[in-house]
Amino acid sequence: MMIKRITVRRIVDKLVASLALLSVIIAIIPLAGVIIFVTSKGLPAINLEIFTSLPRPPDEIGGGIGNAIQGTLILIGLASMVGLPIGVLSGIYLAEYGNNRFGSLVRFIADTLSGVPSIIMGLFAYVVVVLATRSFSAISGGIALGIMMIPVITRTTEESIKLVPNTIREASMALGVRRWKTIVLIVVSAARSGIITGIMLSIARIAGETAPLLFTAFGSDLWATGLNQPISALPLVIYRYAISPYASWQAQAWGAAFILVSMVLILNIGVRLIARGKYRR
Amino acid sequence: MIDRASLYDMKIEDLQPLEEAGVVEKEKIRIRGLNVWFSKKQVLQDLNFGIMNNSITAIMGPSGCGKTTFIRALNRMNDLIDTCRTKGEVLLDGVNIYGNGVDVFELRKRVGMVFQKPNPFPKSIFENVAFGLRVHNMANGQRLKEEVEQALREAVLWDEVKDRLNESALRLSGGQQQRLCIARALAVKPEVILFDEPCSALDPTATAKVEDLIRRLGENYTVVIVTHNMQQAARVSDMTAFLYLGKLVEYGSTRDIFTNPRNELTEKYITGRFG
Repeated sequence: MMIKRITVRRIVDKLVASLALLSVIIAIIPLAGVIIFVTSKGLPAINLEIFTSLPRPPDEIGGGIGNAIQGTLILIGLASMVGLPIGVLSGIYLAEYGNNRFGSLVRFIADTLSGVPSIIMGLFAYVVVVLATRSFSAISGGIALGIMMIPVITRTTEESIKLVPNTIREASMALGVRRWKTIVLIVVSAARSGIITGIMLSIARIAGETAPLLFTAFGSDLWATGLNQPISALPLVIYRYAISPYASWQAQAWGAAFILVSMVLILNIGVRLIARGKYRR
Repeated sequence: MIDRASLYDMKIEDLQPLEEAGVVEKEKIRIRGLNVWFSKKQVLQDLNFGIMNNSITAIMGPSGCGKTTFIRALNRMNDLIDTCRTKGEVLLDGVNIYGNGVDVFELRKRVGMVFQKPNPFPKSIFENVAFGLRVHNMANGQRLKEEVEQALREAVLWDEVKDRLNESALRLSGGQQQRLCIARALAVKPEVILFDEPCSALDPTATAKVEDLIRRLGENYTVVIVTHNMQQAARVSDMTAFLYLGKLVEYGSTRDIFTNPRNELTEKYITGRFG
């Protein structure tokens, strides 16, 4: 009887473990599939010219998407200028001072904001910036993407700051260090890698956004000359080239997709290396 | 010299001339009518006693008697708790730290604290000690290095860490971490150091080292140590206060408290009949 029961337990144990493993494999398949697909289709399109040249008409040989790479980098930079300070500071506020009604309200708004479809963000930037300035522009695209970054950064910053043990806050305060200095020098520094992960997540998310750029950054076939001008971006190029009937453009769309995925990956790995806590156990 | 403890009912104003004349020991801290509440619950009730200069005072008592609340009242760490309300006076060198115009951050510089569990910052060993000095602009460059070394030497940690100052403080053992926390507190040159059960998370060997250190610190600093370990109080302290249910039951020289307690409750506690 006893032995039998143990056997049953062992079988159930194995069964649950294999089910979990199976789910992991199923989850990895599409992920790996995307990377393999994008690499195998995109890699052949990669050459020096694709990085350095401007787009050419589909019937001409060659050409590149250098301006889209440049545009995406500029847009990420602009978006970070909007989303980073606001997101990180709101996260700090929520974690350190947000234990009240107002805090809950902000948290609710942030959660709602992160659920708003990205095209609505584009519409918002269109109405507020594009209509006001009477021009599609890099700035309007950056603002649309920046707003999308805010809730992600806010909540991850808040969560990672809350994970910092209260005892080291107290240690700092007991040395006579003022609260804001304690927050900046001890708490944020201790939560650094979590905060940076949040920032990376948000950048990875917005780098591939197409919808908010459709009527803000708009796209362009030229190198960017000013932030108040329409600007190209990798997702826009992928969208435009992928639905075109020309084989040369479609190949370049795969190339652009490969570049975009690689950019996000490299950015992730790089920042993770930098942010890796120097002072771990 | 008259035993200060025997005069603990006397008013501080009447004692000061005696202190100045050198007839009684100098008092560093005087607690007058100290009451502390958390929300509606009163945790400390009308405490009145003095803490001698450059001596070690143990605060002893069973769990929940208000020991920690008391010690955190001495550097106003209780202020960080929203529901906490304090009434009464704590005089540090004759000045009420709860009075108007007292800079609580200056106060905490003068009254350092070491906590129950070692809580080093997730920074290097050097940066842990240097942190307070940097923030308070007390030293930089070569001076900073010297001050850090001095604090680590004072905490009897220097020889163990001098070759690995840039390593993470979290890699140290528990006892070393606690001594690092002591060095961190010493670095900003406090006058009083509060220890809140500093050995409760340490093994016996590390405890012995920290106790040795505390005894040595008692020569140059005013030390207040909370403990629920009676042997520790007996080993380390010059004076002992016994708290029970938020009230001061007995206060006197450690020798008297342990050999000849005046109060029945104290006697019961130190003979292990409750607590």
